[in-house]
Amino acid sequence: MTMHSITSSKLKTPEEAIDLIQDGDTLLVGGFGLCGTPLTLIDAIAMQTKAMNLTVISNNLGEAGKGLGKLLRTGHIKKAVGSYFTSNRDAVKAWKNGELEIELIPQGTLAEAIRAGGAGIAGFYIKTGVGTELAKGKEERIFNGERYILIEGITAKVALIKAWKADTLGNLIYSKSARNFNPMMATAAELVIAEVDEIVPVGELDPERIVTPHNYIDVIVESRYEKSGGIYVEKKS
Amino acid sequence: MLKKNHDYRIRIAKRIAKELTAGMVVNLGVGIPTLIPDFLDPNQGVFLQSENGILGMGPTPADEEIDMDCISASKHPVTLDLGASIFSSSDSFAMIRGGHIDVAVLGALQVSEKGEIANWAVPGKDILGVGGAMDLVPGAKKIIIAITHLTKDHSPKLVKELTYPSSGIRSAEMIVTEKAVFSIKDGVMVLEEIAEDTSLEEIMATTEARFQIAENLKYMHV
Repeated sequence: MTMHSITSSKLKTPEEAIDLIQDGDTLLVGGFGLCGTPLTLIDAIAMQTKAMNLTVISNNLGEAGKGLGKLLRTGHIKKAVGSYFTSNRDAVKAWKNGELEIELIPQGTLAEAIRAGGAGIAGFYIKTGVGTELAKGKEERIFNGERYILIEGITAKVALIKAWKADTLGNLIYSKSARNFNPMMATAAELVIAEVDEIVPVGELDPERIVTPHNYIDVIVESRYEKSGGIYVEKKS
Repeated sequence: MLKKNHDYRIRIAKRIAKELTAGMVVNLGVGIPTLIPDFLDPNQGVFLQSENGILGMGPTPADEEIDMDCISASKHPVTLDLGASIFSSSDSFAMIRGGHIDVAVLGALQVSEKGEIANWAVPGKDILGVGGAMDLVPGAKKIIIAITHLTKDHSPKLVKELTYPSSGIRSAEMIVTEKAVFSIKDGVMVLEEIAEDTSLEEIMATTEARFQIAENLKYMHV
């Protein structure tokens, strides 16, 4: 295989990428609210009906009708695992109506569980949540006289992440706080699809700046959104 | 009443701003703590950490400089101060859990007389959000609670024992309300300062938690 065939093989359209997702899959989806969220990939999921009944692991479910909130309205999400769903009134309503399962995990525990999952670590002990309702049923152990609970690492079938730039090999750099959960999620799934604002030739990204090395990335998709006045809007073309 | 409540929140934020000194790394939780940056002098030398991956979070940008890739944990646009750094959520919480945050200022629904915090769920209501509050409780070197003294229906928020779900076994070190400042040492709550528009009698009547009175009780200045 030549360098050229490697570098062009990961580039796909959003629809081609989403076609790789199966009904009932578990998805890690990057982002904090709408910041650092793969909006184009979410739009492509919303437009298809092959992959339904999804379990989504993400800090939030976007906002009402926006980001992952869109997939709640289209009925694609069966279960949500994350730290904060109160800011999406649709999620609260869907949960009350029994249409959505929710599993709540403290934000830092969620982040570390995904990092561990991607690093081949089955579980780890932390103090977060000890003595609270969220520690119920979890193994507890004392280290140096302090109470810790066991948290298991998280992996998923698919990760949908958002970065600023990719080179054609799949090396990624991120933009400001839009980095958030994306680098961990890139390590913790069998199939990792990265949506990026810009795709550049190999060699253009400074190796010192690359946050996610290319071997974690299976598919690269160019975003159909662009920033206008600092806010992501759909591209006109 | 609403105006008065806002004034109380401002007073609490101003008082806590005075606790934050040069070189401190500080995480501000949701609610009253988000008012604090307005009362920090730019030369005060405080480094704000935001759990979505910023150390050195700056003020709100002008409209033409908004970049929604750069937001606070409350999801509002922010700027980066000189010397700021960006990191992932797992690195951010490693910083929090690992004891690298000097002060966390947290809002709360209730605090017990031993300093135990309830700040994520209300009994009988849906529990659909926890965010980063529970991570900050065991992680920060010092916890300051920013809380109005009474609930909307005038019940004490400083209670003997929590009736709301606990956020963890670790206690806060300091509690600031519009009426008073308390410290908590070795599981004992001590009244350190009282506001000029209240009285010791009023604080006793509106505080369910048992507390001692500092020998050198002071007025609360903001």
